[in-house]
Amino acid sequence: MDKPLTDARPEAPGSLPDHNRLEQLEEERRATTGSRFWRRLRSERKALVGALFVAALLIVAIVGPVIAPHDPDADDFMLFESPSMDHPFGTDSFGRDLFSRIIVGARVSVTIGFAAAAVAMVIGVALGLLAGYYGGWIDTVISRCIDLLWAFPVIILTVGLVAVFGAGARNVVIAIAIAYIDDFARVVRAKVLSLREEDYTLAARAVGASDRRIMFRHILPNSAAPIIVQATFAVGLGILAESGLSFLGLGVNPTTATWGLSLNEGRDFVRQAWWISVFPGLAIVFTVLALNLFGDGLRDALDVRSVGEV
Amino acid sequence: MTQYILRRLIHSVFIIWGCATLVFILIRLIPGDPVIQMLGPEYSPEAAAALNRKLGLDQPIYIQYVKWFGSVLRGDLGGSISSGESVIGAIKSGLPKTLSLTLVSFLIATVIAVPAGILAALKRNTPVDYAVSVIAFIGVSMPSFWFGIILILLFAVRLGWLPAIGYASLTEDGVWAWFSHLLLPSLAIGAGYAAILMRFIRAGLLEVLGSDYIRTARAKGLAEQRVLVRHALRNSLIPVVTIAGIQLALLLSGAVVIEIVFSIRGLGRILVGAIFDKDYPIVQGAILLVAVIFVLANLVVDIIYTFLDPRIHYG
Repeated sequence: MDKPLTDARPEAPGSLPDHNRLEQLEEERRATTGSRFWRRLRSERKALVGALFVAALLIVAIVGPVIAPHDPDADDFMLFESPSMDHPFGTDSFGRDLFSRIIVGARVSVTIGFAAAAVAMVIGVALGLLAGYYGGWIDTVISRCIDLLWAFPVIILTVGLVAVFGAGARNVVIAIAIAYIDDFARVVRAKVLSLREEDYTLAARAVGASDRRIMFRHILPNSAAPIIVQATFAVGLGILAESGLSFLGLGVNPTTATWGLSLNEGRDFVRQAWWISVFPGLAIVFTVLALNLFGDGLRDALDVRSVGEV
Repeated sequence: MTQYILRRLIHSVFIIWGCATLVFILIRLIPGDPVIQMLGPEYSPEAAAALNRKLGLDQPIYIQYVKWFGSVLRGDLGGSISSGESVIGAIKSGLPKTLSLTLVSFLIATVIAVPAGILAALKRNTPVDYAVSVIAFIGVSMPSFWFGIILILLFAVRLGWLPAIGYASLTEDGVWAWFSHLLLPSLAIGAGYAAILMRFIRAGLLEVLGSDYIRTARAKGLAEQRVLVRHALRNSLIPVVTIAGIQLALLLSGAVVIEIVFSIRGLGRILVGAIFDKDYPIVQGAILLVAVIFVLANLVVDIIYTFLDPRIHYG
């Protein structure tokens, strides 16, 4: 059962609460909100479906090479074998088992999607926090930089960055992360602007808490909801961006099994082997769909209105 | 309102200046010597020196910046390393195709999304509404290049109704040839946008239908159709304009990748080709142009919005 806020021991009249007491009160308030969130999330069917698929995908990404029925790089089979019991997704133009390549490819897509979202989140949240909290010239400088990033469509920015720094997994993660920093920064800045004026922030300031303490102990934990929702969408967008870059031949190492590269290879053989194009694409669609469903359910459960609605 | 438009104009000029600066910096961030990167490992020192001079890389960075910016203002983005053609010339040859793709995909998406969004709102919580929601979810989750391949498989390879690849000129080949070549790539790009727009229109219409002025319109005895068309739809269609600017980035980005799938030599194909050739002046020019188009389109959309929605005061 939720612990009611009124359980908190009242302060002696006329005394100011200290830092720890304020934080304890706030943690209790967050715990109540947290259990309400879990109840709501469990009732969101789309979030559950999305979460189950994402969990399954993570397992496949971790144990992929072990459960793949064939060596994904071995060109031991007939070229362009159509889907069969032995090769459920057929074979590709090199005679490799497509099903095994898609299973193993999950690791690359998922890793890049999560890594890019994490990097974008850390940098974007820091920038949004600084801009929203301090305001003034710091806000102006950061906001103009964010506007500048926003002026470049994602694929153009990532393609440009990969063109300059070269392809490869690390550079792809950096390029995608840079392209999505502005999304996080905007969301966090907007949230911080409202939280800055909340009573508990003013109370913390009144008892002499430092800016860093207020930002990291009071404002940031209360901005978690929109950040989590944005991060969920960002993983999906990162996977889409990675597949786009790989499709253009600007992604990870061309010998690596990835969904985007499989699609790229299949493009030249659409007329004779449809399966090479169809199945890797379906893997991307289901993954991004699951992340979007999960993100949408999370947004409803956390009652965040401003994120991901575009 | 004039003040708001003026402020937006100045803001856009600053953003474009920032974009040009960023693109200038970008090429100078290339690890190692960019000239050697462009010429390849078997370069001659003379050729490297000549290219260095041509690109102005032998001068101090601030002079390079002033010169680059002056050239950009004059509309001179330099010359292609591989073909010798001017960057503006190369871009000009591809731009009409990319813009045609973007425009047609925008129209197709709007034609699909507006009725679907209205239908979903009017039939709220019915199978029709759920179907529209599911389609919208799939639409935003699909990579446009994959959907393009599926459309080629279906309408070009299986049914043979539409051409699979290439581009036809509007002036030389006629309207139908132009449109039929653009239909599949535009559908591929527009699907994601249509999905987003559909959800916006549905949400907007539902909100408007629950508002007081609609109740008043009904209470004074207006026919339901009149309430819907004259009162509800007008306001709920404002999101079409609001997100049009933001989504233009999606359509332009989509065009870049889709041109590869459909072998259309537009801006995207030129850009990707230049990246593989390490033809950096073309890469710079194409990226800058896309950013400028995007900023200007958003400016236009914002200005249109001020006229469309008198409720909002731009102080």
